[in-house]
Amino acid sequence: MPLLEITKLIKNYRSPEGELQRVLDVPEFILESGRQLALRGGSGTGKTTFLNCIAGISRPDEGVIRLDGQDMAHAGESVRDDLRSKNLGYIFQTFNLLQGYTCLENILLGMSFGRGISLKIATELLDRMGLIDRLNHRPFQLSVGQQQRVAVARALANRPKLVLADEPTGNLDPKNSSEAVHLIREVCEENNAALLLVSHDQLTLDQFDDCQDLSVINRVNGEVVG
Amino acid sequence: MTFWIIIRNSLRQHALSTGITAVSIGLGCGLLMAVWVVNFQTQRAFKNVTGGFDSILGPRGSQLQLVLNSLFHIDSSPGLVNSQDYREFQKYKGRYYKSAIPIAVGDNYYGYRIVGTNLDFFSVEHSPGRRYDLAVGELFIQNEKQWNKEAVIGYTVAKKLGLQINSIFQPYHGLTFNPNQKPHKDKYTVTGILKPTGTPADRVIWIPIEGLQQMDGHDVKNAEDVSAVLVQMSDDTTARGFAMNSLSGIYNKGTDHLTFVKSTEDVVTRLFEQFGWAEKVLRWVAYLVAFVAAGGVLASIYNSMNERRREFAILRALGATRSTIFSVIVLESATIASMGAVFGFGVYAVIVAAAESTLSDKLGVTLNPFEPHIVMFIVPLSLAALGAVVGIAPAIKAYGADVAENLIPQS
Repeated sequence: MPLLEITKLIKNYRSPEGELQRVLDVPEFILESGRQLALRGGSGTGKTTFLNCIAGISRPDEGVIRLDGQDMAHAGESVRDDLRSKNLGYIFQTFNLLQGYTCLENILLGMSFGRGISLKIATELLDRMGLIDRLNHRPFQLSVGQQQRVAVARALANRPKLVLADEPTGNLDPKNSSEAVHLIREVCEENNAALLLVSHDQLTLDQFDDCQDLSVINRVNGEVVG
Repeated sequence: MTFWIIIRNSLRQHALSTGITAVSIGLGCGLLMAVWVVNFQTQRAFKNVTGGFDSILGPRGSQLQLVLNSLFHIDSSPGLVNSQDYREFQKYKGRYYKSAIPIAVGDNYYGYRIVGTNLDFFSVEHSPGRRYDLAVGELFIQNEKQWNKEAVIGYTVAKKLGLQINSIFQPYHGLTFNPNQKPHKDKYTVTGILKPTGTPADRVIWIPIEGLQQMDGHDVKNAEDVSAVLVQMSDDTTARGFAMNSLSGIYNKGTDHLTFVKSTEDVVTRLFEQFGWAEKVLRWVAYLVAFVAAGGVLASIYNSMNERRREFAILRALGATRSTIFSVIVLESATIASMGAVFGFGVYAVIVAAAESTLSDKLGVTLNPFEPHIVMFIVPLSLAALGAVVGIAPAIKAYGADVAENLIPQS
């Protein structure tokens, strides 16, 4: 059984003009456990919406998103919250670190909603990311690269089965970008977590053997549906 | 733990508004507790002060003035009970009352009232189970054959005027001290200092009644008159009621120059009833302060919702449920109110200490700020609960927020 199985996924948004615009139309998508897949997609191709639907943050209008056998699309909100916290790690394009909290607290809070707080795991992860001397620093006291690594550590802290990465190198220079992708892939591999990364950055995509165009999966071209 | 990490961070980030809101809640909380406790303890203290004496016989006039002058040693003396009336009254002893102790007033020493009485006074229980005990020295000499110009002084008098055993002083005429006035020629020696009683007696200088009656300069024709007679009625409730009514009939209806206060406690109760409006006003002011402060919590948290919506969205994206976010906000609101309640104890201590100092100085009545009272639990808990309640509105706002929409950074 695949880890992630999506069928007939439809997501529409209502534009400010009141038109119903289709953003996602994914007839089928499958991701096996442990697979590392990169999806190429430019701005406005529904990358973030696609990942948000998989994460249960956005609810699709139609279709089935089966994560580890459970349907995220039709589950109640609390079930989706639970599935997300226990099975998913999400690395956001803008990192989405909690600004008022230290690096360690950012990791611990993420863990607290999932498999439970473990100071040992959190510290080990930050050590692995080269941030052991930044445990009590707040995000604004870190470089962009360091913030990115905290976001990676937080996404992996709950030992998720699937890691979603939304333009994780969007704010990094080429050197940091390459290191970050390498780190994400390495840690996912160590934890046998599947990785679904979406990006428009060719340098990032080149690091993956398994790379597809999002447009192949998502058959939407910004059409108005209602 | 998660809740507290989030709440602690939020309070730290909004330290100023949190502090101001907590202080205003503290003011309301402290004021409410203080009004309640001061009122309760003052009433109890005043009623206890009359504990030793059930009734008073005095010259015709206001019953309240008679009680205040005879038991609380404030207000002016309404006049004198002549010696013949006093002797007549003594005939009712055993029949209508248990004991009667005369007092005479009219002099002071640096503002502290000098009261003439007899030694029986010191054996009366001033409050349940407590008598006038000497801290040092002994009572003045007074018997059928002789009386000495000696004085027993209250604890506050000794402390404030620095009088000690064997100190000699000359009384001044009148109930208020006039520094331009010459003192009486009579010289009195302090023979005893009373232990603190927490009653107006702490502010009194006690001398033999003959001393005051015959003080140099006093009118000799009043040398056997008294200012009032403090009466202890029978312990038997039925007999007591009958005796009180009988004596009231004899003096309040049967004479035109004497007043019999049937129940000193009733007079004090009526006094507090008359001032009850002040206590009510203060209490409503305190309620108002507390509610305005609770509104402050609401405004403070509600306003912070906009800047925190991304934080909540991130927490949701990490797996926090809607209920977690809701609970965090309600708990945060309750925490601010609880911090205010803790501060309220400080406010309470300051207000009660100030009230205690004033009451002790002016009336000799003491309050105990540390004595537990039910309002010390009810008020802080109610305010914490009120804090939680006002947190519900912003919590609902956060509860309904869309996660994906709010994850986008706001520029």
